[in-house]
Amino acid sequence: MRPKLELLDRPLIERILDEAFRLIMRPGVRVAPQVHGLLADAGVGVEEGVARIPEGLARQALASAPREFFLYAREGRAVVRYGGDDVHYDPGSSCLNILDSETTQPRPAQASDLARLVQVAEMLPQFAAQATATVCNDVPEDIGDWYRLLVVLWYSAKPVVTGAFSGPGLKTMLDLLAEESGSREALRYKPRAVFDVCPSPPLNWSEFASANLTELAHAGIPAEIVSMPMAGATAPVTLAGAVVQHAAECISGIVIHQLAGPGAPVVWGGAPSIFDMRTGTTPLGSIESTMLNLACSQIGKFLGLPTHGYLVNTDGRSVDAQAGMESGLSAALGALAGINMISGAGMLDSVACHSVEKLVIDAEAIASAERLVQGIEPRGESLATAMFVKTGLRGDFLKLQETRLLFRSEQHFPSAVIERGGPATGSNAFARARQHAAELQAGYARPRLAGAREEAILTFARGRARQAGLDALPGIDRAAVERV
Amino acid sequence: MGIERPTLAAMRQSIVDGAPEAAAALAREGLRIGIAAIDAIQQGYVPGMHAVGEEFAQRRLFLPDMMAAAEAMRAAMEVLEPALLRMGAERPVAGVVLLGTVQGDIHEIGKTLVGTLLTAHGFRVHDLGVDVPVERFVAKVSELNPDIVGLSALLTTTMKQQRTVIEALAREGLRTKLRVLVGGAPATRRWAEEIGADGWGKDAVSAVTLAQSLMDSRPRVPFPKT
Repeated sequence: MRPKLELLDRPLIERILDEAFRLIMRPGVRVAPQVHGLLADAGVGVEEGVARIPEGLARQALASAPREFFLYAREGRAVVRYGGDDVHYDPGSSCLNILDSETTQPRPAQASDLARLVQVAEMLPQFAAQATATVCNDVPEDIGDWYRLLVVLWYSAKPVVTGAFSGPGLKTMLDLLAEESGSREALRYKPRAVFDVCPSPPLNWSEFASANLTELAHAGIPAEIVSMPMAGATAPVTLAGAVVQHAAECISGIVIHQLAGPGAPVVWGGAPSIFDMRTGTTPLGSIESTMLNLACSQIGKFLGLPTHGYLVNTDGRSVDAQAGMESGLSAALGALAGINMISGAGMLDSVACHSVEKLVIDAEAIASAERLVQGIEPRGESLATAMFVKTGLRGDFLKLQETRLLFRSEQHFPSAVIERGGPATGSNAFARARQHAAELQAGYARPRLAGAREEAILTFARGRARQAGLDALPGIDRAAVERV
Repeated sequence: MGIERPTLAAMRQSIVDGAPEAAAALAREGLRIGIAAIDAIQQGYVPGMHAVGEEFAQRRLFLPDMMAAAEAMRAAMEVLEPALLRMGAERPVAGVVLLGTVQGDIHEIGKTLVGTLLTAHGFRVHDLGVDVPVERFVAKVSELNPDIVGLSALLTTTMKQQRTVIEALAREGLRTKLRVLVGGAPATRRWAEEIGADGWGKDAVSAVTLAQSLMDSRPRVPFPKT
């Protein structure tokens, strides 16, 4: 039996959805001018920028959204299934800072830092997908979104969870992915990336977010709606009320998306949180924020949609016990909830800072969570009595054939990051993680693309970078760039 | 004339309670019985705000309590300000602040919270709203000659606009005439230092404290009158 955690009972789910459907009708949803026509053509009244979406239309959109879809590794293998109770993890995204491994202080992230994060994540099987994890502060801002994707595609063959910072940025990112896949059609057939699209709470689809939804729907590339209600600030203070708002934002986004591209893949995702009433911050490591992620995801699952959440992060600024406690707890709870894609690993300080060392430690928490959801299974006709027949009261189970046969299935073996008996090393988890990250990076080999496509990507990137006044490609092997 | 102590105490308490209707009613009652508006403010309501701030610092009150107190303060001031003007007086202004969320960012809550609390503490706040272009900040600084410019950003992708605004103010020769404070979830003290801001408020309450300390410490360079 696979263990499962649900926070909402059926009557409460129905109440939440009932109120969400009412909210998108009244007060309605603020939408950008470029989707007014799309909505009006479907019979939605739009007055002064506010759309009133009838429940019937919303239910049609929910019905036309796919129940599942896949993200593909570079070689064309389906490695991430968005659907059912499948659970995958990826690092957190778009951090401005990186925790310096030597000084243990945050500093602005460079392209080389992102490259290192990607290389380490590539070596960790706990991460089914990569993320455009940091902003590269050494490249011009206006190419910041696609440049992160370039670095990830250069060093990774895994699927990518990403997102654009602007309309032109999205187009460039889709072009870049198409260069890697061979064509836009090949990319649509086997999507390599999912794009986060964020409504602004409460109930506002900005010009940029609306454009992203429609562009992705037209391109047939998966869109991941990341609704971010802050309970008590930009959303009702009650957790149930914030879940209602999250549902209304997701439903209204799916309406726009499905009207633009019926059947295009879309994810019921989010980064909901409470609003800390002392500090005015968004404590994503809090138990209530985790509960919101679980409850919001449960609504998406009830509707039969692929799901996403933002967990495995901490509000602490150090890779310490608080980070381990908050991240480990939410990694396990997210897995029990069956959230399809769980973003956030590696992040500190309420998503303000990334850390390679935390990413490595979080991978251990994720491995434990994955073991947890495998549950406890009977293996063979006898659970224990057959083994007792062999060993009696001597208790020498270590000698039994069953022990040797089954222990690998029963027990998860963490890496050396986790201290568990053995000789005392005198090191702490951070030091062990730093050591392990160095070992992973030493064993990393860049997954090369076929020569022509690699050249095509670099040529594309160099051209766009030069337009932005950037002669070099920071973070990318200089020798490879010079060959082009 | 002697001031009715119980009424001043009630004024203070109305702020602590976050009760705008009571605060306004007490203001009207105070004026009726002859309490000068300036005394009501400085001996009744302002001590109430200070008490709330102190309780917040001691972690016994929370942001919703602060917001309610600020709302009560606003309600009292609505009654008292016309009386002050009739007397040819004004509430002493703690400073002039220009606030806004930077371009590309439409997050409002933190910025509004700061504005509300600054207003309650006697600052004159001009709130430009959200998604404010750099040029608008520059134009408004030229127009208003504020003591402080507050730049809010919630996203890592938009916080760089805080630097852009500071650079634009410098280019226009306005930077040395004012102080720039930055805030928002991704901002840090280090970030503030890096981009040449004068301070960083980790939350709305510390932003008020910071603004007050800047006003206390700063010899203000007047704008040339041209």
